[in-house]
Amino acid sequence: MPDKPGRNAIEVVNVSKIFGSGEGQVAALDTVSVSIRENEFFTLLGPSGCGKTTLLRLIAGFDFPSAGEILLYGEDIAPLPPFKRPVNTVFQSYALFPHMTVADNIGFGLEMLGKPKDEIQARVAQMLKLVKMEALSNRRTSQISGGQQQRVALARALAPQPKVLLLDEPLSALDYKLRKEMQIELKRLQHETGITFIFVTHDQEEALTMSDRIAVMSAGKILQVGSPRDIYDRPAERFVADFIGETNFLKGTVVSKKSGVATVKLASDAIVAAGFPEDFDPSDAVTVVVRPEHADLIADASKGTVAGTLANVVYFGTDTHYHVKLDSGDNFIVRQQNSRSGAVTFEPGAKVGIVFEDDGARILRD
Amino acid sequence: MADPRNVDIKDQPGFRTIAIICVGVLYVPILILMLFSFNTGSLVTHWEGVGLTWYGSALLNEEFHNAAKNTLIISTTATVVSTICATLAAIGMTRVKPWRGLPAAFMVINLPLMVPEIITAVATLSFFALIAGAFGLNFGIGNLILAHTVFCIPFAYMPIRARLEDMDLTLESAAADLYATPWHAFRRITLPLLVPGILSGAALAFIVSFDDFTITQLVAGPGQTTLPLYIWNQIRRPMTPEINAISTILLLVSILFVSVSFLIARRRAK
Repeated sequence: MPDKPGRNAIEVVNVSKIFGSGEGQVAALDTVSVSIRENEFFTLLGPSGCGKTTLLRLIAGFDFPSAGEILLYGEDIAPLPPFKRPVNTVFQSYALFPHMTVADNIGFGLEMLGKPKDEIQARVAQMLKLVKMEALSNRRTSQISGGQQQRVALARALAPQPKVLLLDEPLSALDYKLRKEMQIELKRLQHETGITFIFVTHDQEEALTMSDRIAVMSAGKILQVGSPRDIYDRPAERFVADFIGETNFLKGTVVSKKSGVATVKLASDAIVAAGFPEDFDPSDAVTVVVRPEHADLIADASKGTVAGTLANVVYFGTDTHYHVKLDSGDNFIVRQQNSRSGAVTFEPGAKVGIVFEDDGARILRD
Repeated sequence: MADPRNVDIKDQPGFRTIAIICVGVLYVPILILMLFSFNTGSLVTHWEGVGLTWYGSALLNEEFHNAAKNTLIISTTATVVSTICATLAAIGMTRVKPWRGLPAAFMVINLPLMVPEIITAVATLSFFALIAGAFGLNFGIGNLILAHTVFCIPFAYMPIRARLEDMDLTLESAAADLYATPWHAFRRITLPLLVPGILSGAALAFIVSFDDFTITQLVAGPGQTTLPLYIWNQIRRPMTPEINAISTILLLVSILFVSVSFLIARRRAK
């Protein structure tokens, strides 16, 4: 499903959103275009202030774009008020109506759509079952826990069967364990309802584990759109590589290149092969990135692609991080899986070599 | 003993004494007034025995009845109208895009609370005198109702606005997101959540109107005696404990309203 391009549920076309006016004006979104496919779990990922929530609010209708179009199945919905859009939102604060019961909250959207009473009742019962909240249907929303409120918020937004469900950092208020549980729950709900989910988060791990595709945003622009594996393994820009996971940056110079792979001479005079994005033509000075888990530490410094002195060893349980001070002056982190059979251990201060795995190095746009 | 790490003001020397004096100064005169309403003698300063004589005579007093009736008509009407105005004003000032004049508008609504009442009273009197002179208009008791409505608005406005400002705006967004038109969102979400604020605003407006003296005294025409005016007129004659009885009744009404307002506020805090 994720890699088979289906119909587009949402198309954002050259959308800009400018807040304020004159000197103080800020572009929260700068000519952003993105297509979100039907039945997709699509994530907008970026640090706070990158414009991801603004984009979500434009799709929901709480704000209107300064320029551009937002198409829902081909129809421009940008000028419509929120109550005329077949799109529902799960809010970060849940925004449950405190003077209503759980069931009344869930039925509210259907009631506003003028559905008959028995249909509302049946649908509410179905939703309560879907989010496993049948027992609490008559409780006030103030009488249930945060995790339960989260489920009610989901049920309320799903009840009117929206064409697209928008989720604005819905898990950020939950503790770690509950968050993990809800991540699985959300995937299950998306699978069972077949509704397109647009999920906003600043948590890269959440984005990687849940999404079909991710759009990484920064400073009002979308930097890269792709599957979690694309984004992680083949980041197109320095920001993406830096924001998602840990990365080592090395300076180098392009010596030669052919079809997506360049030969780069690093500052240490070592020669490495590095892939680069299709729409990018690297030349001269470039930055090469290597993920910490795509490199290995070896005891013989002379056989390493690069070499340095081990500065620090940090034990994480499942793996160990080795912080190496390269001879060229850069810092480099190598991550190695810990195993029972006591792999070679290295002591701080030792001279070590580092080798890159095949395809471990990539060239980035700065 | 108090925890030494945790300074409690209650344990400071002299705190109890000062607190008792303050409470005494506040309530002893009122208690004495209430006490003498049960005096059977005819002097407010000389105790003769316990009885409900003066409550009986107060309740049979035609003038008291008229004053009570006027007060109820004026206070109830002023409360309803001023609360409606205050609610609209509060919504109009919290649910709009901020505009240049907003802080000024807020000040204009609240300024009457800070203007000495006697000045408002004189101004109101002059206003009614002017329109009476220029257009021959006199609304009778309507003059008092108008005056009360106007000065009640800022009192009713404050709790309503506070409630609106505390309210999570996301709730209204959520309603709109769930297909509620602006009117439905207001009717089903904003208004029900605003009710406690409206009720405490109304209670406050009622109390302020109920015991207003200064403005009423200046604006009231013949036959428009309200309870505070009636009491004022009575104490200029030789006083009997009947006035204590009437005052006590008034006090109980006030306490009732304040309690209702308090209970509502407490329920909403839960």
